[in-house]
Amino acid sequence: MTAMTRRTWLAVLGLLPAAGLVSWAEGSDKNRKKETHTWEDIPPRELIRRRHLPDVALVTHQGKTVRFYEDLVKDKKVVINFVYTRCQGVCVPVTANLVRVQKLLGDRVGRDIFFYSITLKPEEDTPEALEKYAALHGVGPGWLFLTGKPEDIELLRKKLGFTYANPVEDADKSNHVGMIRTGNEPYLRWAACPGLAHPAWIAKDILLEMDGPTRPAATASAS
Amino acid sequence: MHLLKKSRVPKLWQTASRNRQEIVKAGLNRRELFKMGLLTSSGYLAAKSGLSAWASGGCDAGECQLGCSPATTPFIDPLRIPPILPSRPVTDLNPAPQECPNNAINPATGLPFEGRGQYNGVLRPGTDCFQFFKRFPPEDFFITRMRENKRFRITSDPHIPDQTIWGFNLGGNDPAITPGPTIVDQYDGARVVRRFNELPPQAQNGGFGVPETSTHFHNFHDAPESDGSPCRFFFRGQYFDYHRTMQTPGFDDPNTDPAERLLESQSSLWYHDHRVGHTAENVYKGLLGFELLFNQFDTGNENTGFRLPSFPQFDIPLALTDKLIDPGTGKICFDLFGFDGLVGDKLLVNGVLQPFLEVQKRRYRFRILDGGPSRFYELFLTNPDNPKQSIPYFAIANDGNLLPRPVRFPTSSGSGARIGVAERVDIIIDFKALARDLGVKRLWLENRLEQVNGRGPTGKILPAGRRENVLVEFRLAGNAVRDNSVDPADPNVRFYALPPRPTPRITRRFRFERGNGQWQVNGRFMDCDEIRFTVNRNSAERWILQNNSGGWQHPIHIHLEEFQIVRRNGQLIQPGDVEFSRKDVVRLQFNEQIELLMRFRDFRGDYPMHCHNTIHEDHAMMLLWAVQDDANDNNTRP
Repeated sequence: MTAMTRRTWLAVLGLLPAAGLVSWAEGSDKNRKKETHTWEDIPPRELIRRRHLPDVALVTHQGKTVRFYEDLVKDKKVVINFVYTRCQGVCVPVTANLVRVQKLLGDRVGRDIFFYSITLKPEEDTPEALEKYAALHGVGPGWLFLTGKPEDIELLRKKLGFTYANPVEDADKSNHVGMIRTGNEPYLRWAACPGLAHPAWIAKDILLEMDGPTRPAATASAS
Repeated sequence: MHLLKKSRVPKLWQTASRNRQEIVKAGLNRRELFKMGLLTSSGYLAAKSGLSAWASGGCDAGECQLGCSPATTPFIDPLRIPPILPSRPVTDLNPAPQECPNNAINPATGLPFEGRGQYNGVLRPGTDCFQFFKRFPPEDFFITRMRENKRFRITSDPHIPDQTIWGFNLGGNDPAITPGPTIVDQYDGARVVRRFNELPPQAQNGGFGVPETSTHFHNFHDAPESDGSPCRFFFRGQYFDYHRTMQTPGFDDPNTDPAERLLESQSSLWYHDHRVGHTAENVYKGLLGFELLFNQFDTGNENTGFRLPSFPQFDIPLALTDKLIDPGTGKICFDLFGFDGLVGDKLLVNGVLQPFLEVQKRRYRFRILDGGPSRFYELFLTNPDNPKQSIPYFAIANDGNLLPRPVRFPTSSGSGARIGVAERVDIIIDFKALARDLGVKRLWLENRLEQVNGRGPTGKILPAGRRENVLVEFRLAGNAVRDNSVDPADPNVRFYALPPRPTPRITRRFRFERGNGQWQVNGRFMDCDEIRFTVNRNSAERWILQNNSGGWQHPIHIHLEEFQIVRRNGQLIQPGDVEFSRKDVVRLQFNEQIELLMRFRDFRGDYPMHCHNTIHEDHAMMLLWAVQDDANDNNTRP
């Protein structure tokens, strides 16, 4: 730019119609007539529930029957993954990782953060088998292992996004998705992190998801 | 004949709208439907038997999936062009920008006033002071506020409701827009950009969006503390100052020839949210905008320098984004639970659904951005009145960097310019020549690359002239007008030569893959607390990027500097190829291997490399590396 300084040049640009901005931000009213179609006014939280959080019946490793949405997720901060007890693959290190994460989170697990591991093989994972698995891995309180009707589990797996687009890949349980889903249900905040990431990072990530919406001063969460 | 009247039973309307969408897909336009008596003047379908042959399986309210969005009408709204963010002398900025962050606690929020100095949500006192602040003291500043806008229109079609977006404003009490105001700047003095986070509380996000943000300047040469890096997000009620030296790379490198620094000049950049783990939903919600840079060659004036079409009348940015709309609520929706990627069935350009633009018969420059989250585009021009015509255009910049010389599209093999997420291509269309030589009256900018899911495009090129693939309809008006801009068809046209290729100190390899549904780089995952490797400041390296999958494609982005692609699958990138260029994103396609050369000049600290399919990015397909003096880290597979 030889003859013009940046500021004079921008001043010229400033002559562009500012009026256009109003219609940009507010929309053009001239086309908005009263005949507008009535859309359904569904609260966003309800939409997330409908899309992803079916209220299927599940049985815990302690033998208690629970509803997935009403009892386990609604108004709660949750960490969800899928495992099965005879798994020789990714479940083993992911469960071991989550045990370390649970220790890092201390008494918050069971107090205001809840861990749920849902079986991918409900036909072989009875509550008793799950209880044995939990004991074997040294799982602490606040962490439920869940089984249920195969069709309910399958629905849950799909709704929670633990699927592969390729049906052959999707059917292979030994190669299942090792992600960990985090949800802060009342705050409409959902994310996921790899189950094989460093436990310290998973723990930090979980705390950011759970405490982010209500965080006090940033200094307060220094670890 | 029985008509479906508006505001009757919503379910019936939805069925009708689905049917209409299917009809549109089948290639019948409004006039034809009118003739057939199937469409009423208000746009609703008449209930007639036989329509169900077109009907899809049907979607319920709340479903957020490809193919479920309600019918919309293209080309009823003009293209919007984002306004320019004003700048002012830095002496007007209160409080004044500080070299080290203003981390005093704001009693109103309990948080530090400024979010800089926080890392992963935690204050790290004494960190993230601006590098080179004394050497490049800011002269001017920009100010903008991230806000919600609940009355945003993507179309004037009264059947589609107002949308809630998050965007940026002009710095005052004005509403936010998306794309945000364009930052227009030059390489002539340092600046500060102050961004306020005034987004609503988390629970009022309307279904997606996290009000913790870090705005990345993609891909200006900035220090980590001013780069908008993924782990440096800040909170509602805070501001964040970004210091911009406005220097091309090499200002603090004794090995860079000052004359070569001009060849690193950038033209078309953008800014977007980069909050680790939540980038996709935040950018999809609207947190993006353009930044355009000019200098003594790319002047914005077609009578000077490279004589590119004058800004802003004939030089227009186009941000391409694709959306899904909930068939029940009519609101843009986002799948928070997907790992593969999100592909929308509604194409928006600058926030407007399939707009039109009236153009004069002369040359225009369009700066086209793939705004994501997951779609790849291959761009063609089609004359809707004669779709068989091959319509040429010229690429002049790749990723916002002017090419050594213009590249004509379609290529000799018939390909259009292909862009993955975050890639940019600047093109010149000569509407005068097209009107004169081909009789063009209207022209469609189309994406003809088929993509049915977030995994990447199928590679199939769809037929020309399908309305659902049109991004913008250009309408040629009036007679040919005065045009002093350069003719890109002239074989003698030259822009910047590529900077000389440096000698790499080391070769490092990076494999981008998925294991057990987890996106990874070299078998590991994003972690804000882990720097994978450290490069020597003011050195160069060869990086090999590998994708061993035939099922996925990844647009890979590297911060800090522009790199050069040397080989794609072993084949040298030759002059005349649009990838014979400076780049900041490279498409790592099915089973591909990319060899690139990159320099690491001036700044110290941490930067990311990541997949820019923002869904993959949010699920840990990212790593951090750092620049330090004499690190001598020789890990070849970090």
